[in-house]
Amino acid sequence: MYSVAERVASRQCAWRDLGRVDYARAFEMQRELVELRKRGESPDQFLIVEHPHTITLGRNGHLANLLAHEDVLARAGVEFHHTDRGGDITYHGPGQIVGYPILDLREWKRDVGAYVRAIEQVIIDALADFGMAGERVPPMTGVWVAGAKIAAIGVHISRWVTSHGFALNVTTDLSYFQYIVPCGLVKPVTSMAALGVKARREDVVERLLEHFGRVFDREMTGELIYD
Amino acid sequence: MTDVVMPQMGESIVEGTLTKWLKKPGDHVERDEPLFEISTDKVDTEIPSPAAGTLREVLVEEGKTVGINTVVARIEDGAGNGAVAPAKPAVAAPPPAAPTPAAPPPQAPAAPSPPAVAAAPEPAEPSGPLSPLVRKMARENHIDLGRVKGTGAGGRITKQDVEAYLAASQAPVAAPAPPRTVPAPVVAPPQPSTYVPPAASSPAKVRVEPMSTMRQKIAEHMVMSKRTSAHVTTIHRADMTKVAKMRERHKADFQSRYGMSLTYLPFVVRAAVEALRAYPIVNASIEGTNILYHNEINIGIAVALENGLIVPVIRNADERNVLGLQRAIVDLASRARSRQLKPDEVQGGTFSITNFGSFGSLVGTPIINQPQVAIMGVGAVTKEPVIIDDAIAIRSMCYLSLTFDHRLIDGALADQFTAKAKSVLENWSEEVL
Repeated sequence: MYSVAERVASRQCAWRDLGRVDYARAFEMQRELVELRKRGESPDQFLIVEHPHTITLGRNGHLANLLAHEDVLARAGVEFHHTDRGGDITYHGPGQIVGYPILDLREWKRDVGAYVRAIEQVIIDALADFGMAGERVPPMTGVWVAGAKIAAIGVHISRWVTSHGFALNVTTDLSYFQYIVPCGLVKPVTSMAALGVKARREDVVERLLEHFGRVFDREMTGELIYD
Repeated sequence: MTDVVMPQMGESIVEGTLTKWLKKPGDHVERDEPLFEISTDKVDTEIPSPAAGTLREVLVEEGKTVGINTVVARIEDGAGNGAVAPAKPAVAAPPPAAPTPAAPPPQAPAAPSPPAVAAAPEPAEPSGPLSPLVRKMARENHIDLGRVKGTGAGGRITKQDVEAYLAASQAPVAAPAPPRTVPAPVVAPPQPSTYVPPAASSPAKVRVEPMSTMRQKIAEHMVMSKRTSAHVTTIHRADMTKVAKMRERHKADFQSRYGMSLTYLPFVVRAAVEALRAYPIVNASIEGTNILYHNEINIGIAVALENGLIVPVIRNADERNVLGLQRAIVDLASRARSRQLKPDEVQGGTFSITNFGSFGSLVGTPIINQPQVAIMGVGAVTKEPVIIDDAIAIRSMCYLSLTFDHRLIDGALADQFTAKAKSVLENWSEEVL
């Protein structure tokens, strides 16, 4: 099959693990990075963060999938944000690796379907390094292990520049998912820890970066052009 | 005018949902300024305007899903070179919209020079998405892809189609594909294989009217459902005498107290809820090779509209008594008829009920409302002579049909489920008021 990636010399993608960042701040950072990327003033970037307890609702989300009133969430210390990614509702919180690739897809493939499948592949390959069998459950988006969703994906694209991304549950406290119907699905969620895999966050990040670089044919560099 | 189309967002993507217009008709847009947003496969995308000018027409409303290359808006160019659309077939013909035979009014039917027919099928660009490979092959072999018939999903042209086309066109005579700009020859012997609807030749005998969007959606959904599920219908006869008596007793009171009449439907919904509780697999759906058991019982109620059908949903139907159900039914039905349902109210159903009995039907075999796995049809309640203990009695009877998806539900279970609903109705004990 014809693939643009085969023809393009390996490009750079700057990454940085920012640790705990609140959702609004990460959203703002992405916005700025997207603008830089659109103007060609930065290379592709890959932000990795962890959010405090947050529930976000995508543009096409249904508030009905939020099972608790916003007041209840506030009392439980959970932030609630409407956001502009695809997908329905999801939860972010400690123990979850959130990846935000800011890529110009014109330099990869102009194909949002292929992009989402590639993100899934990165996660599936990283899980495999921990002996876990991640899989796709078409026609849905995300990664499942043993019938439970372990990683969610939601993306925004503006002039082929991506933002938002994925959230992989490593040691996430799954009880917080009780407040939502994840992505509008009545399906169980899981985490690496819940499936008995004891992995450190930095090790998982390292595996994700390795596979991200390979799948997107990018040389991952640690210098992020962002202050 | 510049047509704005639903863009091709990837090889595997054949349609997109228009989620938000960022401009209103009459607004000025710059070229490349974000014009609308679409959603495909968990990805939201801002689409920039292909031209500068004034947004004249918005043809696809928010929330609608359309195939790629569908025209979603028209922009009147700032420069004032309106009127002529770019990159359109040179033939000055009516725009290649749906094949509405825009035949000049009453033509003498004796002179068969069908006007619209010759010009209509002149696609500049095929309608399906194109893979880079197909584009490349077309470029290299100088193929007009408009002439290649797509056999892939959504009519897309695959590599095999291009190869087949190449093989065919390079075969015997050099004649490079059939002449497209058909001059006149189309007369009596029509195209051999394709069925030609009589519309064009006998305009007096038919009246052509485009389907409403709702009609198209219903058509699509029904066929999709038939294609998806293995439909089987089982029919049980329920003795509604107890319910009828209960209803008779409270009808007047109910009407005066709540301002609505008490029908049989909320009793049936109640019975269905009990059966769903007992047999949760009927409240499930299928996803790939997984069974999704829904923790909520959300019952869709088919409501007939003047020119269509909609299935609003009673959420958490298991939390309502007959009064609550009747109220929900009246509310949803009246708002369905006045088109005031919110999108949320027609989604998320886990089981459906259709009450064709209200139109006098005794038995029906409804089509499953996807992605659900069963639907119950309720026939008319009629007084019938029934044999009970070898004596003839007059009872109020009703047929309950259950159409179920045999992929997931076997006949025995379907019958247990229906028998459970029947038993709740026959042994009705719950007070209504």
